[in-house]
Amino acid sequence: MARYNVNDTRSIKGRKVDKKFVFVHLLRYLKPFWPILCLVFLANIASTMLSLVGPKLCGLAIDLIDPKGGTDFTKIIYYAIILIGVYALSAILEYLSAIGMSYVSRGTVKRMRSEVFAHLSKLPVSFFDGRQAGDIISVLSYDIDTVGESLANDVMIVLKSGVLIVGSLIMMLTIAPMLVLVFAVTVPLSIVMTRFIVGKVQPLFRKRSAKLGELNGFVEEITTGQKTTRAYGCEEKIISDFEVKNREAVDAYAKAEYYGTISGPSVGLINNISLTLVSVFGALMFMRGTISPGQISSFILYSRKFSGPINEIANIMGEFQSAIAAAERVFRVLEEDPEPADAERAEILMDVKGDVEIDHLNFGYVKDKTIIHDFSLSVESGQVVAIVGHTGAGKTTIINLLMRFYDQDGGSICIDGHDTRGLTRASVRRAFTMVLQDTWLFAGSVYDNIAYGNPSATREDVVRVCKAAKIHSFIERLPQGYDTILSENAVNISKGQKQLLTIARAMLVDSPMLILDEATSNVDTRTEQIIQDAMKELMKGKTCFVIAHRLSTIKAADKILVMRDGDVVEQGTHDTLIASGGYYSELYYSQFETV
Amino acid sequence: MTKTLRYLKPYRGTVAAGLVLKFIGAVAELFLPLLLEYIINDVAINTELSSETRIRLIIYLGLIMLGCSLVALLGNIFANRLTVKSSGNMTHDLRYDLFSKTSYLNSKQVDEFGVPSLISRLTSDSYYVNQMVARTLRLGVRAPILILGGIILAFWRDAVLACVLLACVPLVGLTIFFITRKSVPVYFKVQHKQDDMVRDMQENVTGVRVIKALNKSEYETEKFDDLVKELAAEEFRANKIMSISNPLATLILNLGLVAVIVVGAVRGNMPGTVLAFLQYFVIILNAMIALSKIFVVISRGSASAARIEKVLDTDVSELIEDKPLGDEKYKIQFNNVSFSYNGVKENLKNINFAIKPGQMLGIIGATGSGKSTIINLMMRFYDVGGGAIFIDGKDVKSYSSKELRRKFGVAFQNDFLMAASIRENIDYGRGLTDEEINAAIDAAQAREFVDSVGGLNYSLAQKANNISGGQKQRLLVARALAGSPEIVVLDDSSSALDYGTDAALRKALSKIQGATFVIVAQRISSIKNADHILVLDDGEIIGQGTHDELKVSCAEYAMIYSTQMGDEDGKI
Repeated sequence: MARYNVNDTRSIKGRKVDKKFVFVHLLRYLKPFWPILCLVFLANIASTMLSLVGPKLCGLAIDLIDPKGGTDFTKIIYYAIILIGVYALSAILEYLSAIGMSYVSRGTVKRMRSEVFAHLSKLPVSFFDGRQAGDIISVLSYDIDTVGESLANDVMIVLKSGVLIVGSLIMMLTIAPMLVLVFAVTVPLSIVMTRFIVGKVQPLFRKRSAKLGELNGFVEEITTGQKTTRAYGCEEKIISDFEVKNREAVDAYAKAEYYGTISGPSVGLINNISLTLVSVFGALMFMRGTISPGQISSFILYSRKFSGPINEIANIMGEFQSAIAAAERVFRVLEEDPEPADAERAEILMDVKGDVEIDHLNFGYVKDKTIIHDFSLSVESGQVVAIVGHTGAGKTTIINLLMRFYDQDGGSICIDGHDTRGLTRASVRRAFTMVLQDTWLFAGSVYDNIAYGNPSATREDVVRVCKAAKIHSFIERLPQGYDTILSENAVNISKGQKQLLTIARAMLVDSPMLILDEATSNVDTRTEQIIQDAMKELMKGKTCFVIAHRLSTIKAADKILVMRDGDVVEQGTHDTLIASGGYYSELYYSQFETV
Repeated sequence: MTKTLRYLKPYRGTVAAGLVLKFIGAVAELFLPLLLEYIINDVAINTELSSETRIRLIIYLGLIMLGCSLVALLGNIFANRLTVKSSGNMTHDLRYDLFSKTSYLNSKQVDEFGVPSLISRLTSDSYYVNQMVARTLRLGVRAPILILGGIILAFWRDAVLACVLLACVPLVGLTIFFITRKSVPVYFKVQHKQDDMVRDMQENVTGVRVIKALNKSEYETEKFDDLVKELAAEEFRANKIMSISNPLATLILNLGLVAVIVVGAVRGNMPGTVLAFLQYFVIILNAMIALSKIFVVISRGSASAARIEKVLDTDVSELIEDKPLGDEKYKIQFNNVSFSYNGVKENLKNINFAIKPGQMLGIIGATGSGKSTIINLMMRFYDVGGGAIFIDGKDVKSYSSKELRRKFGVAFQNDFLMAASIRENIDYGRGLTDEEINAAIDAAQAREFVDSVGGLNYSLAQKANNISGGQKQRLLVARALAGSPEIVVLDDSSSALDYGTDAALRKALSKIQGATFVIVAQRISSIKNADHILVLDDGEIIGQGTHDELKVSCAEYAMIYSTQMGDEDGKI
């Protein structure tokens, strides 16, 4: 059904990120947390500042040490106790702020997920038709997670780094302003180096994951089709194809990894250079009596605190960028237009008889590309309408319009004389029961799956429809009967049995009108017989729209709609259509042509 | 894991060179605090030397420190270059062997491993092994050297201060250990909740029509809200545990620093010594954190290595036996064949049939009745349990798999197409000419579709997502027909075709001369013109013959016929 892409989520990747848009939305989410956020920030700043007091006190204590005796122990103990207190307090505050931030980020993620999901549930079917399921899921899971992680970690690190840089710089200035000049050499060096490495590494890493992705994709595909490869005896060819991808992946890996691993030793080099410079100039200053050994050690400790965060921030900028891009994808979904609201004073369709009147209908999935032209049809209650045509001829379009998954561009659809546009969507949809070809079952018990459309159904009702759908004895044989949990790997149920379960579900809904997709191509013949019986049972007394594949259904239908290239090209009964010798008769005879 | 590690052997020179460089780099780094101590204790404070000598010495020592820094940098970078190279090459070789092995596994072995498991062994497991080797070579060597060297130097300078330092190391180690251990089950739960949530999303996205049709949007939103809430609560729990580790480790480190100062004061250590110890402290603790991360990588990597080795240890050699010959006038002959996939339930019982060259065999029956199994045995993907199968009068066990399968062109049920051009997909490594490929496309009724997408060079997406099911089937049929194989096998290959195309395909197949056809189908119309039809039920042949014979002789066949053809009688 992926007929058109309004604006694919992936297209956002190529575009420049609208930062303002992202921040406005993000602030809306953070607003309820502002008192906690303030506390968290305060705790974080306080913790960092306390940790900055440490080196100063250490230096003071070291200066009290007199190797020749005469050390003032009471004072040293005094400093030691203060140090222990300061460090302990700093650790506690750091822990509290981390927990607080995690609370905020979890809360934000939770609300974001709920809101995006709730919004998705209001979006029209066209939104889902135009996108890959994986793309939508990745927005809800990975993208929101990325935003949450960034909130929990990156924000705190940036805040902490800022305080550390400014704080340790101030502390170093109070100890020895001249020594600070050392950083005039090392800081620019480190910035230039980090920038160079990040600039060089990022594209390499992108290439690395792209190549690895290619390799993995290839492996997945070929391993799935291993039997085919063996059947055609082309193992060697496949292995040599693999070898090319393997080599490329490893080369890309080595290149990226090589540059990536430069950054660790480089940071080490800068740290070591500043240690060296501070030692040398510190010693020289000591000789001139302008600095004490204790002050040198404080300075060295501060210098580590000072240069660490600079590298850290450089690393985090990349993560921030991906978090903002992720946030944008999330908020774009929230901007999507929901299904238009029901008309004002929309009526609720009740006590449906099942007369359907379609009048001069026009429709196209894409604007200005009408595929259904001026289509009219009149169906009386209890009649069967068969929709026939090649795969891809647009048979599901009629269903999309009847169910109001899409709204027509012109003309009208009336049920029991009421124009559906003047009715609530919910009541129109309730008037139909739908059995589609792709059987949708969710992870839950067999019972829940059948009762899904009718929560007020009793156990007896469920058993009754299962008997009618000839699936009851199968369910009884399951390990826990009706309470057996259906999941991807737990219970082995065949396609045909799934189909019967959805038929049972439809029987329980018991609407006056029925939409049925007959295709059962993956079902064995005996099950097909059972399904056909179940469907006949389901169709009793209902107005039915059937995407028909069986000749018997088609011939017995009151009306046949013949679809071609998206449009309804012929309609009538089997006999009149055959007699007119049009497209239908062509279709019909092609089946029985003798070979 | 030894077998995996043996893959490093060809690169042992590179690995050794890398490790030596790592060692040099680490030692150079350990010298820095020592030099710092010397500058302060023995030079700057030493009033016995003239100030000029002292300045000169300080500058010399500073230059040595710079030299050490550079050696540390270069040693590290070059060592990394070498280790990355060897770990990359080793992964390449391992993956190559693993893939080759996987390609030659027989179907029974594939069943035992399971396809998803084989895929994950090739993708994530090989990745984890790579991670393990690369990280261990890069950091796993450096960290112990730093820790050990740091401790040795510390003891050499001052045994008592070194003891203070030594006391902190296990403390930090234990902290990291306990927190990691506590967090594992919590993370396991988080993972579980996350899976629940993703599964729920998947259901909602794929079931959007059903949910809307039944007006269940609100219900689904509430259900999802609950899942999200549970997930958030678990994640918060995990965060609460993990957040302890950083502050606690830092606290221990800082308390250690204070202890060094106090003990140093009691012992009357020189200020330079205390300062040097503070440096060792930082180096050792950083190394410990690095080590703790490596342990995780190693434990995961060795589990992966074991899974990979299991595949590598599988024996894929094929047994070619000398067997008695069958009747040479038949192309395919089954003599009393029985077979079971799991050794418990018989999947085929006493299968007997024979068809001549150029004939068409049709097979029909319920799902699980054994239709595809007949093909699996015929092509020797599995060996028969009893009886014998002859192709051209020779037992399939007497053929090499290459020789046997060269006779076949096959389209399996739900067969696969590669993400490659149409040409590559039909050729499938057989080196066919465009002429042969085009002829196959014509016969498979794929001409119109192939032309409409721009010909043989059109690239299919992964899982052939950019074409419809019917188009896919037509390409698969074309692949089976291409290259004029002696036997064409089509397993349920027209189910997605509409009647018209199916009929045209049947017509085209009937015109192909010389080939023997085996057609498995659900629709009677697909096989009703076959020279011989097998009706299977639960692993047994319950009827065989031509369409007209079976309509009379086989009740099951007659029932299927009337179901599919409606009330239409025999005259069509």
